[in-house]
Amino acid sequence: MIEGARWRRWVFFHIPLLLFIVFLLFPFYWMIVTTVRPDNELYRPWNAANYTPFWTLRPTLEHIRDLLTETLFSTWMMNTMLIATVSTVISLICGLFAGYALSRLKFPFAGSIGTGIFITYLVPQTLLFIPLADIIRNFHLGDTPWALILTYPTFLIPFCTWLMMGYFKSIPKELEECARIDGAPRWKAMAYIIFPIAVPGILSAGIFAFTLSWNEFIYALVFLSSPEQKTVPVGVTSELVRGDVFYWGELMAGALLGSVPVAFVYSFFVEHYVSGITGSVKG
Amino acid sequence: MATIEAVTPRVYAGTPRRGPITRLLEDERWLASFLLMPTIVLLGLFIAYPFVKGVLLAVTDTRVGIPGSFVGLANFEKLWHDDIFRVAVYNTFLYTFVTTVFKLVLGLWLALLLNRHFRGKAFVRAFILLPFIIPTVLSTFAWKWMFDPTFSVINWMLFHLGMITGRINWLGDPDLAIISVMVVNVWRGVPFYAISLLAGLQTISPELHEAAAIDGARAWNRFRYVTWPLLLPVTMVVVLFSVIQTFADFQLVYVLTGGGPANHTHLFATYAYQIGVGTGLLSEGAAVSLAIFPVLLLVVIIQLVYIRRVETV
Amino acid sequence: MAQVTMRSLNKMYDEVHAVKDVNLDIRDKEFVVLVGPSGCGKTTTLRMVAGLESITSGRVLINDKVVNELAPMDRDIAMVFQNYALYPHMSVYDNMAFGLKMRKFDKPEIQKRVREAADVLGIGEYLKRKPRQLSGGQRQRVALGRAIVRHPQVFLFDEPLSNLDAKLRVQMRVELKKLHQRLGTTAIYVTHDQVEAMTLGDRVVVMRDGWVQQVGDPMTLYNEPANRFVAGFIGSPAMNFADVRIAGENGGLWAEGEGIRLKVPAHLDNRVGAYAGKPVTIGIRPEDMRVARDSDPPELNIPAVVEVVERLGSEILLDVAVGSVTMVASVEPISRAKVHEQLQLAINPERLHFFDAETEAAI
Repeated sequence: MIEGARWRRWVFFHIPLLLFIVFLLFPFYWMIVTTVRPDNELYRPWNAANYTPFWTLRPTLEHIRDLLTETLFSTWMMNTMLIATVSTVISLICGLFAGYALSRLKFPFAGSIGTGIFITYLVPQTLLFIPLADIIRNFHLGDTPWALILTYPTFLIPFCTWLMMGYFKSIPKELEECARIDGAPRWKAMAYIIFPIAVPGILSAGIFAFTLSWNEFIYALVFLSSPEQKTVPVGVTSELVRGDVFYWGELMAGALLGSVPVAFVYSFFVEHYVSGITGSVKG
Repeated sequence: MATIEAVTPRVYAGTPRRGPITRLLEDERWLASFLLMPTIVLLGLFIAYPFVKGVLLAVTDTRVGIPGSFVGLANFEKLWHDDIFRVAVYNTFLYTFVTTVFKLVLGLWLALLLNRHFRGKAFVRAFILLPFIIPTVLSTFAWKWMFDPTFSVINWMLFHLGMITGRINWLGDPDLAIISVMVVNVWRGVPFYAISLLAGLQTISPELHEAAAIDGARAWNRFRYVTWPLLLPVTMVVVLFSVIQTFADFQLVYVLTGGGPANHTHLFATYAYQIGVGTGLLSEGAAVSLAIFPVLLLVVIIQLVYIRRVETV
Repeated sequence: MAQVTMRSLNKMYDEVHAVKDVNLDIRDKEFVVLVGPSGCGKTTTLRMVAGLESITSGRVLINDKVVNELAPMDRDIAMVFQNYALYPHMSVYDNMAFGLKMRKFDKPEIQKRVREAADVLGIGEYLKRKPRQLSGGQRQRVALGRAIVRHPQVFLFDEPLSNLDAKLRVQMRVELKKLHQRLGTTAIYVTHDQVEAMTLGDRVVVMRDGWVQQVGDPMTLYNEPANRFVAGFIGSPAMNFADVRIAGENGGLWAEGEGIRLKVPAHLDNRVGAYAGKPVTIGIRPEDMRVARDSDPPELNIPAVVEVVERLGSEILLDVAVGSVTMVASVEPISRAKVHEQLQLAINPERLHFFDAETEAAI
């Protein structure tokens, strides 16, 4: 890059970047400040003289304590963890298998099956939630974790398959041919040679799938009804709001704590996550 | 292939006998069917079947607990005359168009900023993705709190910057409410655009820029004639993905306005939810949902045609 | 202990007929090289022997057993690939042991065999490393080692030296030859490099467009090419060709072309005689031409104009114009030929080749 004068660098680079960062991260800062702000400070109108938006002098953990003791938040966390983990594992296995078949094997209708899976990749959950709710009821899965464990893979599998196909294509074919000549049956060449090499791709797909299922809202909202079955997003939405009363302290504490697992997973695998994003659009 | 003698595999020293399943799976077609089985079952059961069921629902008058009878296109006809549905249609297209333009422009801008070398770049890149990875509903609550008419930090800021004099009811005014929802959507979408486009930018060899610079191209022309054309394929895919997601958006509106005030901010999905789940008119709700389908189909077709074109080049 | 036999082997991909009616008998302990330009079907043939490609029609037999329907794992063969195909997530040891583990060998036996192979190839100290920590030559050795630990019936090589630099390639070529002499395992080797083919092969199979052009030991291919393609493919620099017409005059046959008038050597008279009055192609290897001396009979000389002089040290290559054709002559290093010089090139009459102008078959 050709370097300009110092002020140009500020105007065209530092200031815009700074504004982006503030715009993108401020809501999280706000979440944190609200969580630790005592109620009497919290409900002080913005035009009040002693409104101090960006800090608090008497931080408190009472919202977090209330959230953990007086609501089912920890149950929702466990539910979400279970549902996200199991549906991710199911989707990974399916996506790994399907991605391998579609990128490596010759069989009739391979093209149309691939296109079919690609199309389901684009089907939004909001298109199907009403008839799907009916089906869930008919299968007697309503209000159980299984309703989500079995339906989340529908938007995770296409994504995992797509990503794994891209990854498998980057692995030389000769590796498994060599393994097959070395005495391995096809499935062992796949399981012992190709899958271990694909671990970075599997990680990317897994992390992405995990965050997607942690994030999912409408299926969880429609298929679950009893408070102790809910996931974090739905629990926070429905149980921390009573009619028109918003318990903002607890809400923000819930939003904060509910984000921790994804943020935690994400922080360890940023690179994998980013390659998941780029893989998801490149294929 | 006239006569092929019977195959009697010699058993070599140390060679285990192959079981019947291993033998079967040596055949590509069997292995492929085995590998695709779970995917096809799950997708068939929870995508294809509900889709068909949705279509069937939409042509009946089913309500929760009451099996309906065939009514043809009556549900769709009813929607045609439904003012709220019209508003929802208008909102959905407006919402998708406006936010996509903003996400693309801002995302590209951010990507170009991040494509330069500076200290702490990896750090910045990791942090700006947060809006995209943090569960949407949860971060949207933070925005709702920031938009609160009485306690809004945004009002405080604007007031102290001298840009407003009184309070602004961000989510209470119909026009402001849809803008507020759009802001949050843009906020959530920009990181995805930026990171995807950044990945695209990084595949462009710096030598091309140097060559263009030597050829006398100024910064804007370098972007216009080198960067943009090479970035177009990635941009295309990112935009199409995002258009579908935005078009079918539910969470933001559900949390921020619930479709209000006075049903002014409904999108397809929230309206479908209100009718189908809220009111229990399953058939009508399914019909509203299905209205997403033509747009989805269009995008899928563009996508497939585009991918095919790219692949054949 | 293995013969490999191919009987009217064919491979069709949708529209493309990649391998056409290949028949080949490879004897026990033989090192056979399949050579030809890219797309000639040599690799596909090899892959059908390996079981990686289905056979459209025909048969592959190993030790007189048809193996068409046998999975690669059950054919007891080993293959070395161009990109080595080392398993990147396994150490060198595990790479070499994989085939043995798959065949359920017991651990001490695996250790013994890997040790042996590693010692033979001089990679004993790298056993714990991952493939990415090795140089190109070392990877090549590991790939070889993985093949030899198994003591397979047949070795298959698919352009194994192509990814090495020129110097290493020559070195590995010699080592491969030694290895084969030591192990005596039947080997089929695919390459596009005729020098590799000539130096390694007990017999060489030249292929083109899916057809086998000629099978023979290296010197036979060189001395008695079956057709113009083989003649041009084998030997470096390549054989020179010129279109001529056969004329009978003064009780002898003459090959007359643009700027060329050569007497057909008497021992070829009865074969070439049938072509009297017809067009044929003559072929002269660069090394069968030299700058004419006064003692050379003028009816075996060609007038030529020097265009480029390439001094290689051990020889000098003259690119010369003969009529409108460019030919290459390999002359003694003491030659003082200069650019634009007109000179006479003397042909070795014993080594003149004639090809049918239409069928391109040797006459």
